[in-house]
Amino acid sequence: MSIRTVTFDAIVVGGGGAGMRASLQMAQSGFKTALISKVFPTRSHTVSAQGGITCAIASSDPNDDWRWHMYDTVKGSDYIGDQDAIEYMCSVGPQTVFELEHMGLPFSRTEEGRIYQRPFGGQSKNYGEGGQAARTCAAADRTGHALLHTLYQQNLKNGTQFYSEWYAAELVTDARGHAAGVIAICIETGETVFFKAKATVFATGGAGRIYSSTTNALINTGDGIGMALRAGVPVQDIEMWQFHPTGIAGAGTLVTEGCRGEGGYLINKDGERFMERYAPNAKDLAGRDVVARSMMMEILDGRGCGPNGDYVYLKLDHLGEEVLHSRLPGICELSKTFAHADPVKEPIPVVPTCHYMMGGIPTNIHGQALRLDGGHQGQAEQIPGLFAVGEVACVSVHGANRLGGNSLLDLVVFGRAAGLYIEDALRQGMDQAEPNSDDMDRAMARLRRWDDSKGGESVASLRKELQSTMQNAFGVFRKGDLMIDGVKKVADLRSRIGEANLGDKSQAFNTARIEALELDNLLEVAEATAIAAEGRTESRGAHSRYDYPDRDDENWLCHSIFDPKTKQLGKRDVNFKPKTVDTFQPKVRTY
Amino acid sequence: MKVSIYRYNPETDREPYMKEYEVDTGGKDLMVLDVLNLVKEQDDSMGYRRSCREGVCGSDGMNINGKNGLACITPLSAAAPGVLEGKKALILRPLPGLPVIRDLVVDMTMFYNQYEKVQPYLQNNTPAPAIERLQSPEDREKIDGLYECILCACCSTSCPSFWWNPDKFLGPAALLQSYRFLADSRDQATDERLGKLDDPFSLFRCRGIMNCVSVCPKGLNPTRAIGHIREMLLERAV
Ligand SMILES: Cc1cc2nc3c(=O)[nH]c(=O)nc-3n(C[C@H](O)[C@H](O)[C@H](O)COP(=O)(O)OP(=O)(O)OC[C@H]3O[C@@H](n4cnc5c(N)ncnc54)[C@H](O)[C@@H]3O)c2cc1C
Ligand code: SF4
Ligand code: SF4
Ligand code: FES
Repeated sequence: MSIRTVTFDAIVVGGGGAGMRASLQMAQSGFKTALISKVFPTRSHTVSAQGGITCAIASSDPNDDWRWHMYDTVKGSDYIGDQDAIEYMCSVGPQTVFELEHMGLPFSRTEEGRIYQRPFGGQSKNYGEGGQAARTCAAADRTGHALLHTLYQQNLKNGTQFYSEWYAAELVTDARGHAAGVIAICIETGETVFFKAKATVFATGGAGRIYSSTTNALINTGDGIGMALRAGVPVQDIEMWQFHPTGIAGAGTLVTEGCRGEGGYLINKDGERFMERYAPNAKDLAGRDVVARSMMMEILDGRGCGPNGDYVYLKLDHLGEEVLHSRLPGICELSKTFAHADPVKEPIPVVPTCHYMMGGIPTNIHGQALRLDGGHQGQAEQIPGLFAVGEVACVSVHGANRLGGNSLLDLVVFGRAAGLYIEDALRQGMDQAEPNSDDMDRAMARLRRWDDSKGGESVASLRKELQSTMQNAFGVFRKGDLMIDGVKKVADLRSRIGEANLGDKSQAFNTARIEALELDNLLEVAEATAIAAEGRTESRGAHSRYDYPDRDDENWLCHSIFDPKTKQLGKRDVNFKPKTVDTFQPKVRTY
Repeated sequence: MKVSIYRYNPETDREPYMKEYEVDTGGKDLMVLDVLNLVKEQDDSMGYRRSCREGVCGSDGMNINGKNGLACITPLSAAAPGVLEGKKALILRPLPGLPVIRDLVVDMTMFYNQYEKVQPYLQNNTPAPAIERLQSPEDREKIDGLYECILCACCSTSCPSFWWNPDKFLGPAALLQSYRFLADSRDQATDERLGKLDDPFSLFRCRGIMNCVSVCPKGLNPTRAIGHIREMLLERAV
């Protein structure tokens, strides 16, 4: 076992919004930090975020209150979001957004010169009593691009050490399970290096590519989840996948909820604005889970549009060319390219599409990863050296259903929080876990296995099969028998992927090797999702079952915890103890 | 349909060569990236970058039948006349002017270096207010058409001046970003920024050939931005 070792105080794996906000914090502190990303940072998925970042900065409404935002978020989560974490996010949010503006983020502006805010789904004033709020801060419909480039620029300014186009293959842990760093491959040369650090921060984003139809980038393969699970770290609420109401039918590319925020609405084949029936008050701006289910009901009841009746339309033309071109220029481009429809003149064909992973590595508000001390029945304890932020983490502010614009806020609030915490911990002295040669061998095993592969099925065909299995059995509506069947198929795929073949074993910029390693991670995420979805015997938020159509607060007002060692589902209490406000008690969720 | 792709693996190939593939697209007007993905299913050694597949991350700039563009938002019908119908091959090469690492993957270091040289970050030394810095919608509009750049390098690698002097001429992408900050009412480093551009090469190598404008997949106009900087430099000289 002799690979080169490089040593840092902290490493951040992932150069999206969460990773770069964390690395920026640490670069400013002067500790030796590296940021590893499998793509050049501005090519991370955060760049695709369109609509905005939700936060009570009181621009659109001077009386806006972060507690109202908190209420909406708790309700949106169908009550399994942790109230201490939501409280932290919503209250620290404004400061975090102002910091982004000071860094140069080119937000759109109001006549007063303040940041422009648009209405998004699930937003209310005065704890649901004061009507629709407009709380999502936007840079036209390119907020993610503006945010990601701004953070990259600030990291350049502050001298962050980037390892771009380096692929983290495995988390290295010692015998106690403490994190010691990662094994990573330089994609350009194929060199394998051990990045050793006292703090390892996972900011690897989502895993939407476990489904065949998704709004997610091709690189969203859940590498952080895969690495965590293989190292014995559990994942939380991983059955909770958000299907976004408006993915472009056929292509999967997203058109932002901001379209409906600006006044667009959905129609069925009869031209009916059907959301008025399902959500009389919020209509098209109800929670995403509610809108996605309503669309699927229309389609299943034969009121879908198009030759096969398998999508509905998003109507925007009534907003007028000027509004569309100033507020939604990117959407006009995307729609013309991928739907061959100019929104100024015709509606866009849309269908609910896999969009966001609410579950992930459980953490506290400092980004510290958690596990249960007694296997899947214990109390939460911290995993020394390991942190997770952004979509890969489950802190949990989104619970069973994320509100639009809350992910970007989650990224910067908790990226920053983890940075602050690590900075402080390093100052006080953090331990470095020391892996022995067995630990290193374990971490290298997967790389070796692919390099030694011969014969076997191809990565591309297995990936397709996995994706369609997930699409068919774990979509918007779920059913026990189909899921049991899905779990079996995934188990079968596990053994076949274990034998699969990597044809190209060269070193220089070998993208086939990367795709093979990614397939292992897709499989880990898919398996955890399948087992957790089958195990949660109720309907809540994005998890909707025909055989258990109701929310079951008696048994399931809790997080699910998937333990990779036993492949069993455990439970963990939701936090109902915010520090400065009263608990928001679970209520029936209507919009 | 027929696809002809530039191949080069530094470990095994002494020289680059063009390789032909036969791909079944079912007559559909797929994006060039979809076609590349089909090629990769046949031949997993095919190397190229991609991420967002929707034209916002800037990963897959390449030369498509002689013109730089993003594979993910270039449909076959727009690649070149006759490609969709199968009358003509789809021809893919790496972005010109940058060293090739492998196949369609180029080394972007020089491109990023030029970007870094323009200090692409907001500079403002007045203490930040408790809320955001105010900016009028009119001032904000001045950076439209500038901040949207995705660093795909399609422009700079189509610019003859950049081919000749990739180390000294900043190139259209970096200059566009330079102007993005010069035009931002919140930035205070105007004089310093202009000072750094005032030499015969950094900016003045631009010959106004406009290749950059014609290839930018985001419809941005680096030539115009360069023109604005020129004006600012002239004004400063007076
Ligand atoms: C189309 C679309 C639009 C959206 N719009 C909005 C919106 O308007 N508002 C909102 O709040 N949310 C939005 N979201 C959600 C939000 O964009 C994402 O949840 C968020 O950007 C995730 O950020 P992240 O920093 O966690 O990860 P990402 O931005 O996905 O970054 C992950 C990083 O990890 C790196 N990485 C991954 N694996 C490895 C590995 N093995 N080795 C090395 N590096 C690795 C990648 O290179 C990348 O740098 C949208 C999502 C989509 C799909
Ligand atoms: S206009 Fe200037 S920058 Fe653009 S291609 Fe021509 S020489 Fe290059
Ligand atoms: S200006 Fe256009 S072509 Fe040039 S790097 Fe930016 S987006 Fe690409
Ligand atoms: S893959 Fe992102 S621009 Fe083409």
